[in-house]
Amino acid sequence: MLTDVPDLQCRSISKSFADFNAVKDVSFDVPQGTFFSILGPSGCGKTTLLRMIAGFQKPTSGDLLIKGKSVIDVPPNKRPVSMVFQHLALFPMMNIGTNVGFGLRQRGVNRSDIEKQVKRVLERVGLAGVAERPISSLSGGQKQRVAIARCMVLEPDVLLLDEPLGALDLKLREHMKIELKQLQSEFNTTFVYITHDQSEALVMSDKIAVMNNGEFEQTGTAKELYYEPKTAFVAGFVGEANRFAATIKSKSADALEMATAQGQVLHGTDAVGGLKVGDTVNVFVRPEAVRLSRKAEGVSGLSNAGQGKVENVLFNGANSQLILRDELTGAEMSVALPQTGEFRDLSRGNLIHFGWEYLQTRVYTATGGPHGH
Amino acid sequence: MATDRSKLAFWLLLAPCLIWLVTLIILPHVGMFLVSLREKVGVREYETSFANYAVFLNEPLYWNTFARTAYMSIAATVLTLFIGFPISYYIAKLTRGRTKTTLFLMCLIPFWVSELVRTFGWMILLRETGVFSNVLQYLGLAAGPVEMLYNDAAIMTGLVYTSMLFMVVPLVTALDSLDDSLIEAGYDLGASGFAILREIIIPHAMPGIVSGCIVVFMLSLGNYLTPILLGGKDSLWFTGLIYSQFITRFNWELGSAFGFLLLGLSSFIVFVGLKLTGQSLGKTMAQS
Amino acid sequence: MKCNLFLSTVAVLALSSAAANAETLRLLTWGGYAPDEVIAMFEAETGHTVEVTKSNNEEMIAKLRATNGSGFDLAQPSQDRIAGPQAEFGIYKPLDMSQIDTSLFIPSMLEATKGNTMIGEDVFAVPHVWGTDGLVLNTAMVTDVKDYTDLCNASVAGKVSYRLKRPTLIGFAFSMGLDPFAAYGDEAAYQGILDQVEAKLVECKANVKTYWDGGDELKNLMRSGEIVAAMAWDTGGWQLNDDNADITFVAPTSGALGWIDTFALPARGRADEAAYAWINFVMQPDIAAMITASAGNFTASQGGDANVDDALKAKYQASFPQEAIDNIKWYPSVPAGLETLEGATLDRINAAK
Repeated sequence: MLTDVPDLQCRSISKSFADFNAVKDVSFDVPQGTFFSILGPSGCGKTTLLRMIAGFQKPTSGDLLIKGKSVIDVPPNKRPVSMVFQHLALFPMMNIGTNVGFGLRQRGVNRSDIEKQVKRVLERVGLAGVAERPISSLSGGQKQRVAIARCMVLEPDVLLLDEPLGALDLKLREHMKIELKQLQSEFNTTFVYITHDQSEALVMSDKIAVMNNGEFEQTGTAKELYYEPKTAFVAGFVGEANRFAATIKSKSADALEMATAQGQVLHGTDAVGGLKVGDTVNVFVRPEAVRLSRKAEGVSGLSNAGQGKVENVLFNGANSQLILRDELTGAEMSVALPQTGEFRDLSRGNLIHFGWEYLQTRVYTATGGPHGH
Repeated sequence: MATDRSKLAFWLLLAPCLIWLVTLIILPHVGMFLVSLREKVGVREYETSFANYAVFLNEPLYWNTFARTAYMSIAATVLTLFIGFPISYYIAKLTRGRTKTTLFLMCLIPFWVSELVRTFGWMILLRETGVFSNVLQYLGLAAGPVEMLYNDAAIMTGLVYTSMLFMVVPLVTALDSLDDSLIEAGYDLGASGFAILREIIIPHAMPGIVSGCIVVFMLSLGNYLTPILLGGKDSLWFTGLIYSQFITRFNWELGSAFGFLLLGLSSFIVFVGLKLTGQSLGKTMAQS
Repeated sequence: MKCNLFLSTVAVLALSSAAANAETLRLLTWGGYAPDEVIAMFEAETGHTVEVTKSNNEEMIAKLRATNGSGFDLAQPSQDRIAGPQAEFGIYKPLDMSQIDTSLFIPSMLEATKGNTMIGEDVFAVPHVWGTDGLVLNTAMVTDVKDYTDLCNASVAGKVSYRLKRPTLIGFAFSMGLDPFAAYGDEAAYQGILDQVEAKLVECKANVKTYWDGGDELKNLMRSGEIVAAMAWDTGGWQLNDDNADITFVAPTSGALGWIDTFALPARGRADEAAYAWINFVMQPDIAAMITASAGNFTASQGGDANVDDALKAKYQASFPQEAIDNIKWYPSVPAGLETLEGATLDRINAAK
């Protein structure tokens, strides 16, 4: 089957500018039909990487293959990839139909075929009958769909998307996330999507690469990244996490015992392996891994436990959080508020017990690069 | 009371503009129009008629001069556009910060000296004993002195040079406002450089192109010094004709009629130009 | 308020008329006719001040016409260009001959000018500077140009310049054996002459490098060697002779064209007293010599040539042997209307390819 050859292959792509290296030796494959996201903070090199795939920038070294063929010397107007720009880049001097038909016209497709294909693709994105209207008559979400239609009508091997949801308001963004995913599966085209918004990446992607400082830190499914982050950066960047700096005091078969500078004792697991007694480490624990109890007995069976004072209740429906201050060490912690309603009456100043399992406590060496949260 | 006061403020604010319009534009034109309607029938005897306009229509010389002036001005406009567009594109899209300011200033510098000085500069370059001729001879590209002055090409050079800034400024403004991602999107969708120029850049820059062209055309049509000095014996130009009617022939009546014909015909050409490009004057002025 | 303004206006007017003894003379003249040292001497002697505006015949008339003869107190148009424009536009006022010291003038020139500029009993001008139009030749490179029509010879093709103005039409007409001055009174005959001259000048156009317009332009063309023969003023030729001995002024065989620039009072001039004082001042022989030195041309001042620099005299004598002087064609007054015919002819020549 054709799908044996990945649609997009990047082999040791690097890009250096005069004073810094934007992309460092990045390699990855994107199989046919995959929604592939590159997630990273601004300035991590993801836009440069995408522009190299589109052909607007030339890698300093490395190779790019689309459907198994190197496109490194193919100019952007000849590459079988299309791009949805951050601000969509719809042509304001043309109406919707001419925008969508632009690429076909460049290919020299005859007029009636263009008309037919434009009509069909507009129907597929749910915008039948708007071909004659000007771009300015569309809402933000509709523009988004026209921009995708304009690319998809060319049936590209890979569709590149450069944070196209950034300009939309929150409600529409939530809606478009679902819609984009639907469009992708409908067209069954390979999408490469870059964003700094982890929720966009987590919701839509089949596979996500977390990028930092020009390198891929980890590539995996959303779940893998969330539950088994391979690096401290990923642990901090993907999802919420409480972070502690500590030193390893002792090590058993599967558990580590550590102490923070304030003297708090923590238990966790070695996420990557190879940690030794005496190493300085970063310890991550997700807010939802922390259990709350009004009585000390409620958390006494957990490997990490303590008592804290409620600093703040951040009520946000299903995503409500408590900010606690550890009575013993003064460390601040973020804890997810269970949805059972059991802790509805908690308010600022209340004392509460908390604790979590060492298995949900991931420990990374502190000598990695700089960290997120 | 309040409305009275705001009305007063309105008229006070409008007054300078009205005074300027009436005293410097409308009154002289009305006066000129009245003069153009006087037909000289004897010493200090005049009658009201359209005889001066008839002179223009009946004497092919004047009509031909106007046609030549219009045609040369259009050619100068087109040439200025063709030279100015790449320059403007370079300034607007391919340079940033200091380089951009420097290039823009370089376009402006010739305008720090008067038109007369600029034209004399060209005369020094183009004349038979001038710089270009000597360089060509020195390089062995010409056997003897080459006269490059006193022909239509010299007029054209001078007109284009004089007009360049007025084309570059609106074009740079128009091209500056073109989002780079539109050009990239064009490439991405498979367009060639030429297709992008034709379908994206030019339509976007159209208001700038049209306003630049109008200004350059009017400046060329109304230019007096450049064609007279650089054109020499073949420097027939309509404004020169008007000048000579007023100054050397003392024929203000015919000169005024010529002035009005120039105004009318040039407006007509601009109107046709706007219609052909599908632009409106309001749109062009609002954008530039 | 209004009353105050009126009073102060009256006061200003009263003051300005009280100061009438020391007037400002606004002089509309040619380059070189009012050198700075002469102005300084005049101002010191009379207390009047002088403001000079340099111009030419056509511009003088155009300027005075635009203001109905105001804005200047003394103008210096050529004597042939006074009666016509005066009849047409009324831009001058008659001279009060009693205010002018006529003994300072060469009598024959004074009489000729008075005659040419007389309308009815009124005299409108007295002579000041005179000179001629003729040929300026680079004698090292030109041998066969003796008359205006020789400028169309193949030997000087592309190296010729003249003005596209009325003296050129007149000069070529004489050179072609016609007498335009005799036809001044007969428009049809004059048009006939113009048509012949037009044909000649159109044919000759290929020979012309460019039509010169200002004296400096001509000198540049001649000095650089871009042209070797031109129809021009005698002074132009003599000045060029200083830089290049080969270049000089030559009276054409059909006769040089003689012009006289005059003094005339603009119709609404305000400083007549100063104007007459200026006329009487500059016509003194030693002052006239200073003007000759500055303008390059001789004046109508009786004895004014006595103090003139010998070099200029020598050039003058070389260019004008006695028979050439006798052969000078003095411009008669141009009747109103002829200039329109000439204008159309000049336009057609300019447009010809």
